[in-house]
Amino acid sequence: MNHSHPELAEQFVKDAERTTWHDETLWFVRQKRDRSIYAIPEFQELRELASQIKNHTLSRLHTYLTQFEEAARANGVQVHWAANAEEHNAIVLNILRKHGAERIVKSKSMLTEECHLNPYLLQHGIQVVDTDLGERIIQFRNEPPSHVVLPAIHLKKEDVGETFHLHLGTLKGEKDPQTLTEAARLHLRTKFVSGQVAISGVNFAVAETGSVVVCTNEGNADLGVTLAKVHIACMGIEKLIPRLTDLGVFTRLLARSATGQPVTTYTSHYTKPGPGKEMHIVIVDNGRTKQLGRPDFRASLKCIRCGACMNTCPVYRRSGGHSYDFTIPGPIGAILSPNIDMHKHKSLPFASTLCGSCTDVCPVKIDIHTQLYKWRQVIGENNELPASKKWSMKLLSRVLSSPGVYGWGGKVARESLRLLPHGFTHAKALNPWAKAREMPAPPKQSFREWYEQQNSNGKA
Amino acid sequence: MKVALFVPCYVDQFYPQVGVASLQLLEKLGVKADFPMQQTCCGQPMANSGCERDAVPVYQHFVKTFRDYDYVVAPAGSCVYHVRKHFDIIDQTTEVQHVRTNTLELVDFITTVLGVTEIPGSFPHKVGLHLSCHGQRGLHQANESEITPVRDGQLRRLLSSLQGIELTELDRNDECCGFGGTFCVAEEAVSARMGQDRVQDHVRNGTQVLTGGDMSCLMHLEGIVRRRQLGIKVMHAAELLNGNPV
Repeated sequence: MNHSHPELAEQFVKDAERTTWHDETLWFVRQKRDRSIYAIPEFQELRELASQIKNHTLSRLHTYLTQFEEAARANGVQVHWAANAEEHNAIVLNILRKHGAERIVKSKSMLTEECHLNPYLLQHGIQVVDTDLGERIIQFRNEPPSHVVLPAIHLKKEDVGETFHLHLGTLKGEKDPQTLTEAARLHLRTKFVSGQVAISGVNFAVAETGSVVVCTNEGNADLGVTLAKVHIACMGIEKLIPRLTDLGVFTRLLARSATGQPVTTYTSHYTKPGPGKEMHIVIVDNGRTKQLGRPDFRASLKCIRCGACMNTCPVYRRSGGHSYDFTIPGPIGAILSPNIDMHKHKSLPFASTLCGSCTDVCPVKIDIHTQLYKWRQVIGENNELPASKKWSMKLLSRVLSSPGVYGWGGKVARESLRLLPHGFTHAKALNPWAKAREMPAPPKQSFREWYEQQNSNGKA
Repeated sequence: MKVALFVPCYVDQFYPQVGVASLQLLEKLGVKADFPMQQTCCGQPMANSGCERDAVPVYQHFVKTFRDYDYVVAPAGSCVYHVRKHFDIIDQTTEVQHVRTNTLELVDFITTVLGVTEIPGSFPHKVGLHLSCHGQRGLHQANESEITPVRDGQLRRLLSSLQGIELTELDRNDECCGFGGTFCVAEEAVSARMGQDRVQDHVRNGTQVLTGGDMSCLMHLEGIVRRRQLGIKVMHAAELLNGNPV
């Protein structure tokens, strides 16, 4: 299978109308975000504070993890540690087996997506229902999410209508969002009631109290957790914040950056199991300590998964989340993915113009575009660049470090462009620039030639 | 004050008039800039492609060329940003630090070093300003829409001082044009689409002359304007400020 971003993106861009729609929809979310943050005079101070809290936490992660574990255990929660995705999945399966559970409800968790929990559980005969509306839609379609907050943002309402017609028996051609949502709601209610175990993600884990916080707009985490006998919360080690008082900083930033809402509709705190119930927390590494050990990329672990960098990224908006072929797409995904598999994801740090909008929008001040630039160097050093690029850059370096060769080469290039037929210089197979753009019209004189002439005329 | 003009490689070869306008504009403002003939490029093409090490000889050549000047001025925010930000991988000798600190984008130099706030002249046209990312976000030459709704910046202010000029209000003030160095060919499909959308914003809002502080973005946008045969003229801001005719 092809994982290269340029090729997957080209496929997406071919559907010009859908690209326009995708771009405008996400830009609309970006604008909502802008309006809501402009209304908060201290927003930049909040960003700085959040960034410092995260930096501090990451610098003492071991301490806070230990504190969190102790507090959670004292609350009667069972804490599990998983070094990687396989261990995570096995731990979850083990808990399900212990309870003889065959049906589980899950509230959106990018971590379980990262660990490919759904297919694993299905293989072991367990029915998994994603209860977030967007997640449920893509689950029906057997697709991965294309965005961390808006997992089905690549789909139009017509696509959803078609999917629900197939899976929920709604009328063919139905595309009214209200009707479709109502159908999903009725369908999901039956799943909530029959769910034996509820799995949820974790937005924030508070070291001081041992509790986990989940933010949703649909209340689906609450419905699932409240109705099921067992709650399993799955979290990456980077979700920690030190104190409960730190939480307000992040909840103010998260919803505003994600969708422009002041706060998510539901911000649920889970601290201890209800009477007669069980609560488990699975703490997962899966490459995170490796990233923590890379000074240039450590800051990527500050990410609170608001998706703002995706909404603002002009490349993401025009290439769609699936073109990244990684659980977390967009600019932040392009930093996280090479850490997991550099060879597979080598094209992602190049799927950016390094415009820096992602860095400016990031609520926890991750220097995203700087890290993309640095990954490019690591990929180059590890010999993962296409040979054509590698050798042309070596040649270019020779040309550009020698004024004589450069002057001569420039002249040859300009003259060729001037004298060769347009059909040749602009042949799409030879010159990717020319597929959609004209080459600059070559002038007779370069600047240096003009300058030299001025000098010899005694003018300059 | 000893000032050198740095004319980036592609400007030298394809847009000599931008170098000429920069030189003349500086002269009008009382600065006689040298053009050291041995200059070539800042090394950004290699570094952005993941071949930073290959760029080291080019960085060293750049420093050697410009070390004896008080300021290095270039009509290209992106190249300046590269020198300032990414020359950190070579040994930080005094002269390397001197060159990094004192390499400035043309409008930045005019505004902050010369302290010029108005340029005499007129330009009675509807002008669309393309805010180039490296100048805007990298060198902080203009406000970022991610941070504030206020649309202000060095170039906007200087251009506004020209008589008769009308600046286009774009739907998306500071979205990237999609050039991105080698991105423009490595990700040709997305790059072209971004450029088309950028140009369309100008068309929709009535731009007659499209301008900016970075010729690389303008080269990409001009390529699209010419391919689509749109009636927009693309000029570097130095040309406008120098009083070049449309």
